[in-house]
Amino acid sequence: MKTILFIEDESALQKTVGLVLNQEGYEVLSALDGELGLKMAQKKRPDLILLDLILPKMHGFEVLKALKDNPETKDVPVIVLTNLEGISEVDKALELGATTYLVKASYTLEELVSKIKTALGDK
Amino acid sequence: MEKTNWLQRILEELNIINNCRKYGLSAFQCPQFLFFLMGILIILSTITAYILGNRYIEEPLLVAFVVILTSEILLVIAVLITRSFERLAEANRLKSEFVSVVSHQLRSPLSNLKWSIEILMSGRIKSVTEKELEFYNILRENSQRMEELVADLLIVSRIDQGKFYMKKEECDLANTIKEVVQASQIFARASNTEIISKIEENLPRIMVSPSQIKQAVENLLDNAIRYSKDKGTVEIFLEKKNRYLCFMIKDSGVGIPKVDQRLIFQRFFRSDNALRHKTEGSGLGLYIAKSIIEKSGGKIGFKSQENVGSTFWFTLPINAK
Repeated sequence: MKTILFIEDESALQKTVGLVLNQEGYEVLSALDGELGLKMAQKKRPDLILLDLILPKMHGFEVLKALKDNPETKDVPVIVLTNLEGISEVDKALELGATTYLVKASYTLEELVSKIKTALGDK
Repeated sequence: MEKTNWLQRILEELNIINNCRKYGLSAFQCPQFLFFLMGILIILSTITAYILGNRYIEEPLLVAFVVILTSEILLVIAVLITRSFERLAEANRLKSEFVSVVSHQLRSPLSNLKWSIEILMSGRIKSVTEKELEFYNILRENSQRMEELVADLLIVSRIDQGKFYMKKEECDLANTIKEVVQASQIFARASNTEIISKIEENLPRIMVSPSQIKQAVENLLDNAIRYSKDKGTVEIFLEKKNRYLCFMIKDSGVGIPKVDQRLIFQRFFRSDNALRHKTEGSGLGLYIAKSIIEKSGGKIGFKSQENVGSTFWFTLPINAK
């Protein structure tokens, strides 16, 4: 079973996205802040990371940079999932090594799952 | 009729006290009043300087003193005017920031709402009855409406803050329009309106932001359908004229009253007959469409007749970088 780490401080989103991904056959690990998310990524080595940007304790960009600077986590695909949609944020995330940048407001859950499957090579 | 409106507008502009009240400013903080005062002082000082110069030409010191004194008063007023403009600009900046912060804060709960409804409707938790589905649909449509309004408010606040950026790339405008028309068919059928597209073949690609141009077309088409009268027709044209692609959308709707036509591209403006016809709408669609087209290097305009219909058009340059 593939593992997805979801770094997101909104527990409601953790529940909805977690439920759908579980039903699709993935194990979902939850981290409610950036610092914990980074620690869990290093310890659990997930197959994919879903990363919000506005996070307590450590900003999403800092988490992304730390993940990509670490040889052990640099190859884990990271999907940025946020509600920030400025061009500068998109460019920065892709520059730092994010696989995809998704704006929550623009996608349905089914579309999100489809993007995750594509990033994991399950589709 | 035209002349009366024109005169009325001038009289409205001259009603300084009323205009200052509109901004919630006292007279000495209100730019219009200060400009008026400065104008009067300039006239008076010119007359005084002329009279003094004529009568007391032997005493140039007195004339110089009066001129210097008046100049200093004018300088103080100029400083006050600058300050009052600064206050207005600051108030405007704070308002834009407020709209931006509130809209951003609303996005997360709206995403939660949207995805939770989607899960309930999908039957992933339990099977859904038809009656339940009917009410879930109401929830979904209303949360979607809120999301659209929040998205529009965010764009407006970006435009106001000068942060409305555009990432230009090659775009097949004909295809974009076809996609928008396709996506609007359900809404059009529900509104008893037929969409007829006349799009020229083999049009060149243009450099624009495809998603933003799509939004501009969506806004124009949405209005054309929304304000159509029963069994209406919306005609869409796209053709190449010299170095431009010209888009035109013609409806047989309620039209825009002449008196409202100059205000139609202002944000939050909705004409009275539009409000009578449909209460929904934020008055942001045309403002956003205009900002997008102009930022893309194009032009936008319209002609309209009340109770007959409106024709909106825009042009986009073919070789713009």
